[in-house]
Amino acid sequence: MKLRKIFRTAWEGLMLNKVRSFLTTLGVIIGVASVIVMLAVSAGAEASIAEQINALGANLIIVSPMRGIPGAGRTLLIDDAYAIAEQVVGISGISAEQSPAAQNVRADGVTLESIPVIGTTADFSSVRDYAVAEGRYFTADEDDRKAKVVILGSGIATDLFGTERAIGQTITVDSTKLTVIGVMEAKGLVADVDYDGRVYLPISLVFQKFMTASPMGTDAVRTIYLKSESQEQIDSVIAQTTAILAARHDVDPAKPDFTVQTQQDIIATQEATTAAFRDLLAWVAGISLLVGGIGIMNIMLVSVTERTREIGLRQALGARASTVLMQFLIEAIILSLAGGLVGVIIGVGSSYLFDMFGTMRTEIVPMSIPLAFGAATIVGIFFGYYPATQAAKLDPIEALRRE
Amino acid sequence: MNNNLIEITGMTKIYGMDEAAVSALAGVDVDVSRGEFVAIMGHSGSGKSTLMNILGCLDRPTEGAYLLDGRDVEQMSKDELAEIRNEKLGFIFQSFNLLPRLSALSNVMLPMLYNSEDINDADAESRAIASLEAVGLGERLHHRPNQLSGGQQQRVAIARALVNKPPLILADEPTGNLDSKSSVEIMDILHGLHKNGATIVMVTHEPDIASHAERIICVKDGLILSDGRNGVSPCLAQRI
Ligand SMILES: Nc1ncnc2c1ncn2[C@@H]1O[C@H](COP(=O)(O)OP(=O)(O)OP(=O)(O)O)[C@@H](O)[C@H]1O
Ligand SMILES: [Mg+2]
Repeated sequence: MKLRKIFRTAWEGLMLNKVRSFLTTLGVIIGVASVIVMLAVSAGAEASIAEQINALGANLIIVSPMRGIPGAGRTLLIDDAYAIAEQVVGISGISAEQSPAAQNVRADGVTLESIPVIGTTADFSSVRDYAVAEGRYFTADEDDRKAKVVILGSGIATDLFGTERAIGQTITVDSTKLTVIGVMEAKGLVADVDYDGRVYLPISLVFQKFMTASPMGTDAVRTIYLKSESQEQIDSVIAQTTAILAARHDVDPAKPDFTVQTQQDIIATQEATTAAFRDLLAWVAGISLLVGGIGIMNIMLVSVTERTREIGLRQALGARASTVLMQFLIEAIILSLAGGLVGVIIGVGSSYLFDMFGTMRTEIVPMSIPLAFGAATIVGIFFGYYPATQAAKLDPIEALRRE
Repeated sequence: MNNNLIEITGMTKIYGMDEAAVSALAGVDVDVSRGEFVAIMGHSGSGKSTLMNILGCLDRPTEGAYLLDGRDVEQMSKDELAEIRNEKLGFIFQSFNLLPRLSALSNVMLPMLYNSEDINDADAESRAIASLEAVGLGERLHHRPNQLSGGQQQRVAIARALVNKPPLILADEPTGNLDSKSSVEIMDILHGLHKNGATIVMVTHEPDIASHAERIICVKDGLILSDGRNGVSPCLAQRI
């Protein structure tokens, strides 16, 4: 008997019981779809973290307080930033940042509630690759003088002034009157941070006006960003910065109370976290695929029992044991391949829809498709084999006698 | 090669072991030559079906030799037996054994799935149609078994048995589930096959059915009680 005929017999066998065949494949469909979706979700999470960090700017070195040590909020001071700016060779700019509690912002009778306020030093725009669209950023001198100036995120500018020109207008942040000297370019939402919905002030002014009541005090910074002059100098900048800060903080450079990292370091750390998460998801998905396979075996065993008489008859009419084996094995493989195919379509489709409707950032991992599909085939062969041998083992007279 | 299609010598069949052992055949010798129409009669449990299963290469005897068409069946592998069943034998069962979800045509095409030579679909279909026409069911090709009468179902089964043109037809109580009118139709078809040269071995309980055959073998307790020409079998007199 030719394979083509066995295949057709198997196919007809499945088509005679469409509902059951469909229900049998459901487990595989769900398994395959979840493998694809889960990998897409974790790849999406990784991509958005990487994007967020890359959005900080190129050749960037990030200095932060070491997390999880006592007094972490106050380990990094504005004077540390000045010392780095003065002593480290190979940096083109430095931006220290501090963010107080969100404030109400008013202008011309429009009030915006709870707007994030970011205090920065003068290099912020160039260090963070975040250009001023209109007007200018403040100067180092203005920062020193605690000049009452503000640069608006593009969304804030529109909300306050609409199409009217914002430059030169006066706004009130909490109770401080500030002159608008610039509007930043539109940057949009980068990994959940709305750059356009914030206002940017000189950090010294932020200390004076908004940090006096904070436990962080009026001289601590949240982060210091350094821009290396070139890729090659990054390592040297990190070494110098670490040495200077260790000396200033009087700590062992091997056990610092701060971290000096590049974007790549941060991405790598984050990836390690998401990798663990991804592995867990992959296991869950893999197990559901396994359960799908057991479902196939279960239904195939029932089917062999139900069709005992048919199998006996086929043997009486000349079917070899090996032909019967192939017929049932192919039925199982067809079921799992069909399940795999539908699972891939559903998996890819729902990953795409999640992304499109903004439910979740997803990125389909191309390898996951052959992977899931291959796994489905193996499941079909593995779990179809046992019921098929049960069918092939039947004795024709015994089988024919069965009711 | 002699003219015997079937040669059985010293055949025994014992089911089970030790205490539970049942001797269904206790030493049977039968020859059937080409073109014969043989009826096997006997009480229930006398071993008729056991003998038919062995003749049909579905079961192996405990002891004894079986030559089918000059070939020693004992020496054959399972796959060779399957091939013999496919090409040399046509089965007709008491309970028809049609696949309920397939049309008459598909049922008749079944044996051609398993031929050692690959029959293409068009040939297989035209052969099946010819076979169904031969049993008078040319109009019922696409009916399912449950849309056919018992007699029609048995005719489909006969068409299936004929489709590979086997030299030997084995029928175990082919009219056992049919009324007398359908039984007559079935017997007419078997007669026609016999006239065209087929060798037929048929088990029956009914004397008028058996009297269609030219030779009646009477079986009792696993032994052949008599073997002779029509009309002189003790089984006929006993009405079994
Ligand atoms: N698979 C089996 N296992 C054990 N004993 C069996 C088996 N098949 C048949 N027998 C026994 O062998 C004997 C012969 O049975 P067989 O089926 O050949 O009878 P039969 O002549 O066909 O009867 P009937 O006219 O009722 O069909 C019986 O005693 C039966 O119980
Ligand atoms: Mg019987």
